[in-house]
Amino acid sequence: MAELETQQGGLAVPDGWTYAPAPESTDIVRIAERYGHYVGGEWLEASEIYETIAPRDESPLATIGQATKADVENAVAAARNAYADGWSSLPGSERAKYLFRIARILQERAREFAVLESLNGGKPIKESRDVDVPLAAAHFFYYAGWADKLEYAFPNRRPRPVGVAGQIIPWNFPLLMLAWKVAPALACGNTVVLKPAETTPLTALLFCDVLRQAELPPGVVNIVTGDGRTGAALVESEGVDKIAFTGSTEVGKAIQRQLAGSGKKLTLELGGKAANIVFDDCALDQAVEGIVNGIYFNQGHVCCAGSRLFVQESIYEPLVEKLKRRLTTLRVGDPLDKNTDVGAINSAMQLEKIKELVASGEEEGAEIYQPPCVLPEKGYWFAPTVFTNVAQSYRIAQEEIFGPVLSVLTFRTPDEAVEKANNTPYGLSAGVWTEKGSRILWMAQRLRAGVVWANTYNRFDPTSPFGGYKESGFGREGGRHGLEPYLRFDD
Amino acid sequence: MSDRLPVKKTYKLFIGGAFPRSESGRTYEAEGQNVARASRKDARDAVKAARAAQPGWAAATAYNRGQVIYRLAEMVESRLEEFSLLCSGPDEVAAAIDRIVWYAGWADKLPQVLGGSNPVAGPYFNFTVPEPTGVVAVLAPEEPPLLGLVSRILPPLVGGNSVIAVASEARPLAAIELAEAIATSDVPGGVVNLLTGSAAELSPWLASHMDVNAIDLAGANGNTAELERAAAENVKRVVHGRADVQSPWEIAAFLEQKTVWHPMRL
Repeated sequence: MAELETQQGGLAVPDGWTYAPAPESTDIVRIAERYGHYVGGEWLEASEIYETIAPRDESPLATIGQATKADVENAVAAARNAYADGWSSLPGSERAKYLFRIARILQERAREFAVLESLNGGKPIKESRDVDVPLAAAHFFYYAGWADKLEYAFPNRRPRPVGVAGQIIPWNFPLLMLAWKVAPALACGNTVVLKPAETTPLTALLFCDVLRQAELPPGVVNIVTGDGRTGAALVESEGVDKIAFTGSTEVGKAIQRQLAGSGKKLTLELGGKAANIVFDDCALDQAVEGIVNGIYFNQGHVCCAGSRLFVQESIYEPLVEKLKRRLTTLRVGDPLDKNTDVGAINSAMQLEKIKELVASGEEEGAEIYQPPCVLPEKGYWFAPTVFTNVAQSYRIAQEEIFGPVLSVLTFRTPDEAVEKANNTPYGLSAGVWTEKGSRILWMAQRLRAGVVWANTYNRFDPTSPFGGYKESGFGREGGRHGLEPYLRFDD
Repeated sequence: MSDRLPVKKTYKLFIGGAFPRSESGRTYEAEGQNVARASRKDARDAVKAARAAQPGWAAATAYNRGQVIYRLAEMVESRLEEFSLLCSGPDEVAAAIDRIVWYAGWADKLPQVLGGSNPVAGPYFNFTVPEPTGVVAVLAPEEPPLLGLVSRILPPLVGGNSVIAVASEARPLAAIELAEAIATSDVPGGVVNLLTGSAAELSPWLASHMDVNAIDLAGANGNTAELERAAAENVKRVVHGRADVQSPWEIAAFLEQKTVWHPMRL
């Protein structure tokens, strides 16, 4: 990036800074040529296959099984057997120790998981190393401790496991989403059939080796890979008692429809179009960092991303100026380079979706800004993007882009900020930036969103419940509240 | 005076704090009376009234909501004899009154029992509070006509939601009597709306209404698949309520958990 010059509206762009490449070694990871499905503690040969690739250069990484209906039923049967054959009646204190073991092994093998996550998913190694993998381990550690304390979590109720949980997770945080799903399910005495996302199966498949090392009884966790057809087979399976889904609102609604009248428990973590609201009395530099973290973290592949920025009119110009300048210092490139801030887009399909929505933004009349940056030739890339002059009606202000694309809008009064922020069918998260404490609480009370970050953004913790209002889904993951979806109550 | 002709009551709907007839002009005969038969338009009007009233009800202090609901118990108690004639008798009315009082006391305790602070691994203060999900549609159980309705509308109500309830079809008079008690109890107009008529006719419109956040299918007699499918259109919270329970977890079914983070630093 040394050759960058002052351009794009006269912004001062650093031109004297060069970074030597600091690639993370991939030696630590051993990827098999071909993976089957992990069922009943064994690897079953897949009858149908597809290839998983590295989005940073489109190189093939491994051959993956596309689980058929029969494969899914096999896995469900294995989970049912394991449930009946000891796991559900195992004392909570023993279940806890298995989960503690898993947490410890994830910590021990953290670097291996981080590298594999960045290879297969495209996210910067900085993030998989410092966020995804440590949080995944922390989730297992947190829920391990609940396994023998469930009766304290729900006063005056008698908690029982639900049975077999079918879990479908997305590609943006593959291992972390696995942890969010598997840890509470096992702590509550359920067994699991998990389907990782089609494009990012590798850390879930490596996780099977953690289960082996932890000596988890066979069939307690089963992992089947494949695309949406595999997911649909899991949702349909008669042997599944509970479905947990994280993904798009569109698919979430289809699952809710499909399960209508079935009596199966359901939790949905769906899309978002979060408002990040910046008042004129904020700490401006901190707010700019928060805005950048809010939308460019994980290439914007975050359901709670702060994709609608609402700026109080009086600070609109200085803020946008600072934001654009900050964008020029973001390093876009190889996910495995330790300097990288923004990695590769997860898949060709997602890149197409981002491009299509960005084109619509330009067509509808918004003004686009992208910092000068050289994108690698191979692989899937999209430069960090800011849209100004955005109307609320534009698609880029309404639809979830799930990419590094920010729409900037303005407001004058706190009431107007609340009105505009809530003017969406989604309600997953929101951000507020102001140094005035009473205003933070006033805003936090009125924003219709499951998570409100005040003077921070995109923070996650196993003790902290996460989940949406309205069409962002129902149920909570994390914290004491995250146990409830995996329990039934006799009272 | 013994040969004085009594003044009979016209049984109407309860929408937005008023007692309109069905806009359709329809009635049906139930318990020997002509009772309003609500239409799709009435259901929509009720949702509109409920949406308008909900923020104010949610913004009232928990202490205030508790007192307003307690006042409702007082109003039902003062009509104990009338209610006794419209349900299985004084025992059911007493149980309904006691249940209202029980729920009134929950208003200012929910955040302490259902929420809390979360010890995140970092310099942040983090807390979780329950909030109302918004507008709730309730299909009241056919039986018992008073206690069933009370058992299903009190949980969403005490949590700060507004409610549209479809009364027992065969025995709607207790619901209308309850509407009169609500109207004199300081519950703001529109916070509780009661519809009489055909549950089978009204329920699909409520289940598919895009401005209803949750639906309680207690009165659907197990025929819920179609309604649940319709409810998915805006990811409604679907509750299979029971008439014979009282529990804070019944309230929790109509609540969202909001988690707020803030850094701690100098």
